[in-house]
Amino acid sequence: MDPKSLVGTFNKKGQKIVEPEYLLFEAPRTQHFMTGSEVVKEAIRRASIDVSIAYPITPQSEAAALVGELYVEGYVGEYFRGENEFAVMSECAGASFGGARVFTTTSGPGTLRAYENFPMWAGSRLPIVINVMVRGVNSPLSIQPDTLEIGMILETGMLIWHAETAQEFLDFLLASFIVAEEPDVHLPVAVCIDGFFVSHTKDMVMMPPADIALTPYDPYRSPVPCMDMEVPPIRMMRDPFVMKSNYISYATHASWQQEVRAACERSRKHTIRLIGGLIEEENADAEILIVSSGTAVAQGREAVRLLAEEGVDVGIVKIKTIRPFPHQEVRQALRNAKHIFVPEFNVAGWMAREIKACIPDNDRVYAGPHVAGGMTMPPEVIVEEIKKVLSGRKEAVHG
Amino acid sequence: MGKEKIKINDEFYDIMPPEYQELVEEATYGKESRGWKDVGEAKELIEEHSLCAGCPESIAFRYVLACLPKPEDTVMVGSTGCTSLVFPHVAVHNIHSLFGNQNAIASGLKRTLALRFPEKVKDVVVLAGDGATVDIGLDMTLQSWFRQEKFTTICFDNELYANTGGQESGLMQKGFVGKMAPAGKKFDKVPLPEIARNSGCHYVAVMTVSKPNRVEKAIRNAILVAREIGPTYIQLYTPCILEIGKQMMEGLQEMRDSEGPGKRFEFKEYVSDEAKVFLDEMDAERKRKKKALRAARAK
Ligand SMILES: Cc1ncc(C[n+]2csc(CCOP(=O)(O)OP(=O)(O)O)c2C)c(N)n1
Ligand code: SF4
Ligand SMILES: [Mg+2]
Repeated sequence: MDPKSLVGTFNKKGQKIVEPEYLLFEAPRTQHFMTGSEVVKEAIRRASIDVSIAYPITPQSEAAALVGELYVEGYVGEYFRGENEFAVMSECAGASFGGARVFTTTSGPGTLRAYENFPMWAGSRLPIVINVMVRGVNSPLSIQPDTLEIGMILETGMLIWHAETAQEFLDFLLASFIVAEEPDVHLPVAVCIDGFFVSHTKDMVMMPPADIALTPYDPYRSPVPCMDMEVPPIRMMRDPFVMKSNYISYATHASWQQEVRAACERSRKHTIRLIGGLIEEENADAEILIVSSGTAVAQGREAVRLLAEEGVDVGIVKIKTIRPFPHQEVRQALRNAKHIFVPEFNVAGWMAREIKACIPDNDRVYAGPHVAGGMTMPPEVIVEEIKKVLSGRKEAVHG
Repeated sequence: MGKEKIKINDEFYDIMPPEYQELVEEATYGKESRGWKDVGEAKELIEEHSLCAGCPESIAFRYVLACLPKPEDTVMVGSTGCTSLVFPHVAVHNIHSLFGNQNAIASGLKRTLALRFPEKVKDVVVLAGDGATVDIGLDMTLQSWFRQEKFTTICFDNELYANTGGQESGLMQKGFVGKMAPAGKKFDKVPLPEIARNSGCHYVAVMTVSKPNRVEKAIRNAILVAREIGPTYIQLYTPCILEIGKQMMEGLQEMRDSEGPGKRFEFKEYVSDEAKVFLDEMDAERKRKKKALRAARAK
């Protein structure tokens, strides 16, 4: 059944099924003051979710439990606590293979415990949406915000989006299901937010009404057969290439990996349609730019204000989708910048590496400042770093 | 899914592989009395396989597939191992995803199929090796039983990791010298059937595949009980002739030698009280039907 044909009908909770564009752009919105965890609940309430599977880990436990409340209220078809994140992500995969719209959440060590599943999800073309509320990974044990884990999932084949605010988080979640399920994409999406900073602080959110919901998932639009014994073919392969050491088996695997990456790239047009561009620019003509994703951008914006008070002109480029990486947009936005600063909440500086890899003259990129392990990044730290580096560079230039 | 759904479009008929044409025309989807005796008579749901010649896994696979009570509405879940060489040839939807996660996949799948098809029976059957079931996937095997997930778990027990070359597994016999057990395995074969019983399985059976009638009955019981009541477990001895140094004709004898009284694979069956009531009712119903049929014929 074409989900579009359901538009205008009502689901069992009495919600009216609406086009995603209506839900995202046209529906009247009202203002609410809520945490990121509560944003998850409100997004999922409107997202026509079939299955959600949960496992506790700070800082995502509250969100995962709130989805459980939606299950009891009848908004989510099936919900349970799995035994660990590896199993949970496989349970999500089983549900998705069977034709369900699936949502789950995890964080930090949970992301890594689940890791083996992510390339499998992508390779199996399962459009699961996972909310990753990033936190430190061990050791020593930390529950604090840290974006290192995003750097670890970059090459899994999943789409990776990084929301800065509660508002963006809500809109990203709602849009992610639709982009994930497009037949020419059909891939998992990791919607990342910075743990605590977004999950636990309250923020103003403009919310569409609760009596409308997204069009449901149609598993028969999948580019690979749904595993429900309702669609041919009944036998998947005539000559299985698994374990065969020949060119065709290698080529099959290689070309499928390329196809997964191509599908990720194909998501751009849908993503641009539903969440605006892949990047956002503010005053990007300035010679000095701060470029990053997530709440590092919010801190950068404050730094821009402080620097403006001192007469220093600094612009901001925010990267919203990390996979697909907005190469062209970033190259274009950064083309005139002389100094590019990449503040990050992790010790590795993976975002700076991504940026360096895609622009010419990449000695313009300064990888930092970095904080890690839950440290905050006061705007003053960014200001100081920018000043220090610029004065150092001037010295280097003027001898 | 009935045969009408898999019918081949006339225009494309001649370019479809002949084995696929045969599946559509002659396979036993929808036949209520299907069973192991169809092997060799009707089109099987398994095509050629790439197991070692004479590997007992191959006949075990044929029996299992021939005995599925409702293949047209069954989805199977496999795992990495020798069985994963066969699944791509199997003509029911089946999922291979990772090594050891089969009972987790099946949990999500079964619940989803129950949600999506409330009016229909959709059976989920896991079929995986002993390494997958007992070692790397043990937590998921047990947790699915604790949670009373309604699907059947079948373990092809060859007492070692065959696909990676004969390493020690939890179901290997104590003292057996294998790879990674260079001085002989130090601990007993894990008593998974007993654990299954204590973990909430409603039907548990252990046997070799030397007696197809017995395999047929166990498979049917396990799947029907899983459908109606809760988790079920079947452990089948499918010796890895390659790793235990047997010739390709010797698999059957190896199984017969291992199933006598007191042997590792002596036939064992456990049925919970609830499952017993259900199976007895089913038996009585079948007898009633048979009698009625005979009476009708006699007239
Ligand atoms: C995470 C992971 N670890 C290890 C392997 C390697 N591996 C593949 S099959 C296999 C052994 C399978 O043994 P078993 O489940 O007993 O099946 P059999 O081959 O004996 O039928 C192993 C260790 C893997 N594929 N994935
Ligand atoms: S390695 Fe052993 S279990 Fe695997 S196909 Fe060969 S004989 Fe069978
Ligand atoms: Mg084995």
